[in-house]
Amino acid sequence: MEQQEIKNIIETLLFITDEPISIEKFKDVFLNEITENQILESIQQIKQEHISSNSPIELKEIAGGYQFATKKEYGPWIRRLFKEKITLRLSPPSLETLSIIAYKQPITRAEIEEIRGVDSSGPLETLLERKLIRITGRKETVGRPLLYSTTKEFLRYFGLNSLSDLPSLEELEVSSFQPQEELFQNE
Amino acid sequence: MNQQYTVHLEIFEGPLDLLLYLIKKNDMDIYDIPISQITGEYLEYLDLMKELNLDVASEFLVMAATLMQIKSQMLLPKQPKEEEEGPDPREELVKKLLEYQKYKYVGQILSQKELQEHDVFYKTGVCFSEEDYILDVNIFDLIECLKQTLNRLPPETKEIVYEEIPIEQKIREILDYFENKEYINFKEILLKQTTKIKMIVTFLALLELIRLKQVVARQAKLFGEIRIYKVN
Repeated sequence: MEQQEIKNIIETLLFITDEPISIEKFKDVFLNEITENQILESIQQIKQEHISSNSPIELKEIAGGYQFATKKEYGPWIRRLFKEKITLRLSPPSLETLSIIAYKQPITRAEIEEIRGVDSSGPLETLLERKLIRITGRKETVGRPLLYSTTKEFLRYFGLNSLSDLPSLEELEVSSFQPQEELFQNE
Repeated sequence: MNQQYTVHLEIFEGPLDLLLYLIKKNDMDIYDIPISQITGEYLEYLDLMKELNLDVASEFLVMAATLMQIKSQMLLPKQPKEEEEGPDPREELVKKLLEYQKYKYVGQILSQKELQEHDVFYKTGVCFSEEDYILDVNIFDLIECLKQTLNRLPPETKEIVYEEIPIEQKIREILDYFENKEYINFKEILLKQTTKIKMIVTFLALLELIRLKQVVARQAKLFGEIRIYKVN
């Protein structure tokens, strides 16, 4: 297949997709008949074209794949167009619950509440509704409670490419409270 | 008697949040919390919340009890032997506070990122058939569909044998179909039945499920394919 044709197909897929497309997914679509390098080359080309033509749309590497996104400066115009669909920003309890899930997934509600020290059913509901988390199974323990994990939408919503873009737990230990001495090491 | 005062009451998410706030406010050392002072302030806050008629969640009361327990433990005279090895009664609480503090901090990072990404948009879903199934199906459409399928029964199974099929059993069977599917095709499920009576019981079971609002019947256009979606 000609490189130009490959590029056209990839650009078409990127235009139409509603979720980031991973390299693996591209390979699938091409039935593994083209190499990863050919895909990457096309992606680079498309990205470059948008940059050099000063396009208001950019190709982003996000949530483990590639997807077109609008540029920040035009956000307010999109908001005007979709007035009735405006979503609220997440509340501190929801963000906190989400952070715990991001680091400890899969995790049950009881385990989240153990850390937060407070009922978390409300935040969980909000997060499920916003598709930032999903139920990934049940824990094989008394009562078989549901397990929650973060979604791709979570990564995209916060502009992350993967979970490793979040600060590591060790980093957190230092920056969140600057302990004077490591008194209580857990785990 | 008209005492006027303003209250700056931050809304706390939970007891740990309140404790962290008090620690920061008083510039306390989290590894050496003056337990008696913090217990006093904590209780003051609870009183204030009660006075303001705020619903004080039970978790706050549990923490109050914990604090008082720690306080009393620390007041007890220590045996000279224990002094070296005995665990600090505050240790567990401090662990919890540190753990909680970490995630609270990540929450703040996420909040910043949320704001940064606030004006970046991605394309939303392309409408494929599933999402076009928005028309509610009425009883006549369902009956019409049943009529068509009844006519499609192979002749050899048209014999009349009295067979009792409890409707509950069919309901369970139908719900089982949803195990790994988002929707089931109404006609298909009827055609899976081999006899007239089974078909009718299945039909009644579906009606019952619709009545109980367990499932909904939808179609994309009038007289189109009917799909049964499970209501979550």
